[in-house]
Amino acid sequence: MSEKELGKKWDRCLADGAVKIGAGLGLGIVLSVVFFKRRTWPISFGLGTGLGMAASNCQNDLRSHYVLHGSVKEQ
Amino acid sequence: MLRLSVRAADAAARRRLCQRGPRIILQHSRPYTEGNTGGSAAKIVAAGLVSFGGGIGGTVLYAKWDSKFRTTVEKNVPYSDLLFGLALGPATSLDSTPTKKQNTWVECKIEINICCVFIEQCEECHQHSPPETALSSEEPSEPGDVLTAPEEPLKERPAEEVTARIAQQDQADQDTLTFVSDKLEDSLASSATATLQAIAAQEAALQAILQHTQKLKEAMETEVSAEQRSSHWKDLEDAVCARSRNVEEAGAALVQASRASLDSLRAVVESAKDSRVAALRPMVLAAEENLHSMTVDLDRAVDKSVESEAKIVSQYSELVNEAKQQFQRELSSITPEIQANWKGLSGTLSVDDLNALIAHAHRRIDQLNREMAEQRVREQVHIEAALEQQKLEDQKALEKAVSLAVEHNLERARLEQERKQVELREVMEAEMRTQLRRQAAAHTDHLRDVLKVQEQELQAEAEEVLSSKMMEQETRYRQLTQEQLDNFTLDMNAAYARLKGMEEAIDSHVIAEEEARKAHQLWLSVEALGYTLRSSSLDSLTRPLEPAAQAIRESCQDEFAVALAAALPEESLQRGVYSEESLRARFNALRSLARRVALVDESHNSLYQYFLSYLQAALLFEERQEAPPAKISSQDLDPFKILSYASYSLEQGDLELAAKLVNQLRGEARRVVQDWLVEARLTLETKQVVSLLSAYANAVGLGTTQAP
Repeated sequence: MSEKELGKKWDRCLADGAVKIGAGLGLGIVLSVVFFKRRTWPISFGLGTGLGMAASNCQNDLRSHYVLHGSVKEQ
Repeated sequence: MLRLSVRAADAAARRRLCQRGPRIILQHSRPYTEGNTGGSAAKIVAAGLVSFGGGIGGTVLYAKWDSKFRTTVEKNVPYSDLLFGLALGPATSLDSTPTKKQNTWVECKIEINICCVFIEQCEECHQHSPPETALSSEEPSEPGDVLTAPEEPLKERPAEEVTARIAQQDQADQDTLTFVSDKLEDSLASSATATLQAIAAQEAALQAILQHTQKLKEAMETEVSAEQRSSHWKDLEDAVCARSRNVEEAGAALVQASRASLDSLRAVVESAKDSRVAALRPMVLAAEENLHSMTVDLDRAVDKSVESEAKIVSQYSELVNEAKQQFQRELSSITPEIQANWKGLSGTLSVDDLNALIAHAHRRIDQLNREMAEQRVREQVHIEAALEQQKLEDQKALEKAVSLAVEHNLERARLEQERKQVELREVMEAEMRTQLRRQAAAHTDHLRDVLKVQEQELQAEAEEVLSSKMMEQETRYRQLTQEQLDNFTLDMNAAYARLKGMEEAIDSHVIAEEEARKAHQLWLSVEALGYTLRSSSLDSLTRPLEPAAQAIRESCQDEFAVALAAALPEESLQRGVYSEESLRARFNALRSLARRVALVDESHNSLYQYFLSYLQAALLFEERQEAPPAKISSQDLDPFKILSYASYSLEQGDLELAAKLVNQLRGEARRVVQDWLVEARLTLETKQVVSLLSAYANAVGLGTTQAP
C-alpha cells in the first residue's frame, strides 16, 4: 500500500537517524577520547555528522521516487 | 346653279385680289374642276346605276331564256333565286316535265290528243329510275326524251303508284293496240277486197277491152260477108257492152270504191302511225305496204297501157257507136230488147248527146267519106300526124307511167324507209333493252358486290363481337378460376402460415423458454457475482470473483456476457476487490496523510518541505466534507479541497467522483493515495462490469420473460 510507504520511510529514516547519530556519537566520543583529548567538539562533530548523514539519507529516501534514475537503453 | 354661284364668287375674289398674280386665277379656277367633279360624280353614279340595272336586267332575261344559266346563277349568287322568282316565276329547277313537255309538245303539234296523253304518261314514266325496266319495253324511247332525262334530277314515285301507272298505261296501250289493229284489219280487209275486186274488174275490163279491140280490129279489118259482119258486129256489140260495163264498173265504181277504201285505209294508217305504241308499228307498216302494193296493183291494173289502145278503141267505139246507131235505126223496129240494151248502154248518155251523136255520126260519115278521099291523098301526112299523136300519147303515157312509177317508187322508198326505220327502231329498242338489261345486270352485280362486301363487313363485325364476347367470357372464366385458385391458395397459404406460425410460436416458445432459462441462469450467475462482490473476506476484501465469473462463463454462452466476464480485471478475479466501505475507511485514513504531504512534490521534496507541509497540515483547517460544485477547474483545486470533496462524495457513495477528485492530487499526496486509487479503480471497474452484466441479465430476463 502506497500510504504505508511514507510511514515506512519515516521509520527507516528514524532508525537510520538513530543509528547514525549513535554511531556518530560513538565515533565522536571515541575520537574525542582517543584523538582529541576529551574535547567535546568531536562528539558534536560526530553527532552532527551522524545527524547530517541521517538527514541526508532520510531526504534521499524521501526524494528517491522523484530522482530520475536514468538508464542507458540499448536501442 | 352651282356653277353660277361659283363664277360669282370667283369674280368677286378676282376683283378683290386681282393684284396677285395669275396664281390666284389658277387657284380660283379650281372651283370649275370641283364643280365639274361634282357634276361628273353624279354622272358616274348615274352611269354606275344604269350599268348595274342593265346587268341585272340582262341576267334576268338571259335566265328566262336559258334555264341552265338560271340554275347556275341561283346556285352561285345567294338571293338571286328570290329575284328570279319575282321576275320570272318559279324555276324549272327540279322536274324535267316542263322541258320534256316542251320538247314533245313540239312533236305533238301534229299529233292527236290521245297521243299527247300517252306522251304525258310516258314522260311520267320516264321519270322513274331504271329499276322499272319493264317500262322501257313499253315506251317508244325516242332519243330526244332519253337525252333530256338524265339532265334533270328524277323524282321517284312510290312503287304502287308506279305499278298502277304502268298497268294503266299497259291497259291503254293494249286498248289502242286492239282498237287500231281492228280498224286496220277491217280497213285492210275491205280495201283488199275492194282493190282485188277493182283489180279483177280492171283485169276483166282489160280483157274485155282487148277482146273488144281485137274484135273491132277483126271487124274493121276483115272484109267479110254480111252475116259474118253482123255476127261480128254482134260480137262487137257484146264486147262493147261488156267492155263498157266493165270499164264503167271498173273505172267508175269499183276503182273509186277501192280508191276510197284505200284512202280510208291510208287515213287509218296515218292515224295509227301517229300513235306511239310501238307494237302497232309493224302492223302499220304492213298495212302501209299492203296499201302501197294495192295502189300499185290498182294503178298497174288501171294503167295497163290500154290508154292508147283505149283511145283508139274509143275512136273505134265511136265508129262502132255510129254503126250501132245505124244498126239501131235499122233494128229499132225489129228488136226492142236491143233498144233496151242500147237504152241501158246509153242510159248514161243524155238524149241531146245521143241526137248530137247521131247528127255527128251522120256528119261524120259524110266527113269520113270526104276524109277517106282526102285520106288517100294525105295518107302520109296523117300517118305522120298519127305518129306524132302517138308519140305525144306515148310521151304522156310515159310521163304518166313515169310519174306513177316515181310515185310508186317514192312510196316504196318511203315504205322502205319506214320499214327500215321500224327495223332500226326495233334494233335500237332491242339494243336499248340489252343495254338496260346490261345496266340492270351491272346494277345487280354491283348490288351483289355491295351485298357481299356488306356481308363480309357484317360478318367480320359479328365475328369481332363474338370473339370479343368470347374473350370476355374466357377472361372472366379465367378470372374466376384464378380467383378461386387465388382464394384457395390464399387459404392454403394462410393455413400453412398459421401452421407455420403455430410451429414457430411453439419453437419460439421453446426457444424463449430456453432463452429464459439461460437468462435466468445468467441472472443468477450475475447475482452470484454481485453477491460475491458484496461479500467480504479477509482484510475487507471480497472473495475472488473468479468462480463466479467462471460460473458465468460456463453457464451462459452469451457472447456479451462472456466478453463482459472476460472484461473483469484480473486482480478482481484472482484476488477480489475492496468494497466501498473499506475503501471509504481507507480513505479516511489516507486523508490525514495526504494532508501532511500536500506541499511535497517533484521539485519540493526536501526535509524542510516535509516539515512545512506538516506544519501546514497542522495549522490549516478545512471542512471535513464539502459538496463539490458542478464545475471544477484545476485552478480552484488544492489538495485540501480535493480531499474534502472526495470525502463528501465518498460519504454520498459516489466512489467514481471521489476517485476522479483524488486523481487530481499531485505530487507526494498522489503517490501516497496511488494504491487507494488503483484499488478504487479496480473496484469501480468491477462494479461497472458487474452492473453491466446485471443490467444485461435483467434486460435479457425482461426480454425473454413474457407477461402473463
